[in-house]
Amino acid sequence: MKVMTCPLNGPRNVSEFSCFGEVTDMPEPATVDDTAWAEHVWYANNTAGVVREWWCHVPTSYWFIAERNTVTDEILRTYPASEVYSQRVEFAPKDGTA
Amino acid sequence: MPIGLLKHAVRGGRRDLPPPGDLKPSYDVVIVGGGGHGLATAYHLAKHWGVRNVCVLDRGYLGGGNTARNTAVIRSNYITPESVRFYKEGVELFTRFSNDLGFNIMYSQRGQLTLAHSDASLRTFRLRAEVNKHLGVRSEMVDRKQIREIVPCLHMDDDVRYPILGGLWHRDGGTARHDAVAWAYAARAAEMGVELHQRTEVTGIRRDKGKAVGVETTRGTIACGQVVQAVAGMSSQLAAMAGFRLPIRSFPLQAMVTQPLKPFLDPLVSSAALHAYVSQTARGELVIGGGSDPYELYSTRSSLELKESLIAHTLEMFPFLAEVKMLRQWAGLTDMTPDYSPVMGESPLQNYWLDAGWGTWGFKATPVSGKYMAETVATGRVPDILKPFRLDRFATYDLANEMGATAASH
Repeated sequence: MKVMTCPLNGPRNVSEFSCFGEVTDMPEPATVDDTAWAEHVWYANNTAGVVREWWCHVPTSYWFIAERNTVTDEILRTYPASEVYSQRVEFAPKDGTA
Repeated sequence: MPIGLLKHAVRGGRRDLPPPGDLKPSYDVVIVGGGGHGLATAYHLAKHWGVRNVCVLDRGYLGGGNTARNTAVIRSNYITPESVRFYKEGVELFTRFSNDLGFNIMYSQRGQLTLAHSDASLRTFRLRAEVNKHLGVRSEMVDRKQIREIVPCLHMDDDVRYPILGGLWHRDGGTARHDAVAWAYAARAAEMGVELHQRTEVTGIRRDKGKAVGVETTRGTIACGQVVQAVAGMSSQLAAMAGFRLPIRSFPLQAMVTQPLKPFLDPLVSSAALHAYVSQTARGELVIGGGSDPYELYSTRSSLELKESLIAHTLEMFPFLAEVKMLRQWAGLTDMTPDYSPVMGESPLQNYWLDAGWGTWGFKATPVSGKYMAETVATGRVPDILKPFRLDRFATYDLANEMGATAASH
């Protein structure tokens, strides 16, 4: 079976992992318009080539980022999300109305 | 040997398609994608709308993509009224297809049985049966006794992980020879002057003031009045050339056929919980299809783990197949949308029409999408039956959710 290297658990069968799509920046919910939000929710680059994606090692519920080639089916690199996100991302609107 | 047959042999046989000439500098309509959908659109444009200055481009060969990679299931037992209406007409066009086009596609309406292994599935089936009946589609709930009568060889014991609780019996379900569908449309469209150019890859879409004005190919640039894109798994790639994104993600879907067996399975049988659907072809081979691969990929490679799970699940339904050999296996590239419905009609670019997002449900819609895409291109107006599938629906969160009506969850 294809093997993926989890930054936490080391090399594991790829069937232990789930892919959650490309790493994208969420628009600011308080200021974004409806069209741009819908685009963020539904649309995809669907790149043929190297992509950066969210993956999860399901048995340990560990989330990380993988770089993968969607044409050759090669996993190029896996690393903790902290390499990309050094600060906490707030998902709730800043004024706390929601 | 009869004289007629001998003469036929000496003459070198019938030629369905004229030899391809050079590309003309300009066409009224350029259709990108020489699969069933593109060719059906070309056929209907020429036949019913008198638009004959049309060319169909394909980077590979006629019907070399998903038209010949799907598992040839034809059905209309969807959930939303919009989809049921659309796919119902698709089934009706298939029933007349061989006569309408004078080309035998071996259409065979044998019914499709979908199995429920959970209460949640039974509830969905009840909804589907009622919506279907309301719109004139033959679907009904069946219990275990009826399932035994419909498919006597099905494994119905309770000592399995997912015992069968009931089913959705769809009498209108059927199958046909899928590559013949592409050949039929190609042959009849060519007779009316449509040009099919195989091994001609599109490398760019020429735009001017928000309008599509030409298509760049590996054999030169063509000016055109309108463009239709019908390229299945490569939808996002072509849309990127036209300058916009789509709500589509491309996944492989793997399928296989077994060695031929004596006829024993009349209806098509599918199980979403087991991620498998099985039918027996006129040649006796069992066609077995499953869910999509677990992650996005632009490759038609096969993987052992998916084949193993497909076989294991098929054996849970038909354990006596354990010694049967697999004959062929392959994958197709499916362009999956968030709501499991297609994207048809207008695009952000004027004169550029979409026939995309056909994921795992494209073959059954080949005739009906061709018919209405042709009307769209010829009149410049999207017909009402296609409007629920417009690209704009995502901006307004007005989705046509068919995730619960797929033959296998993907």
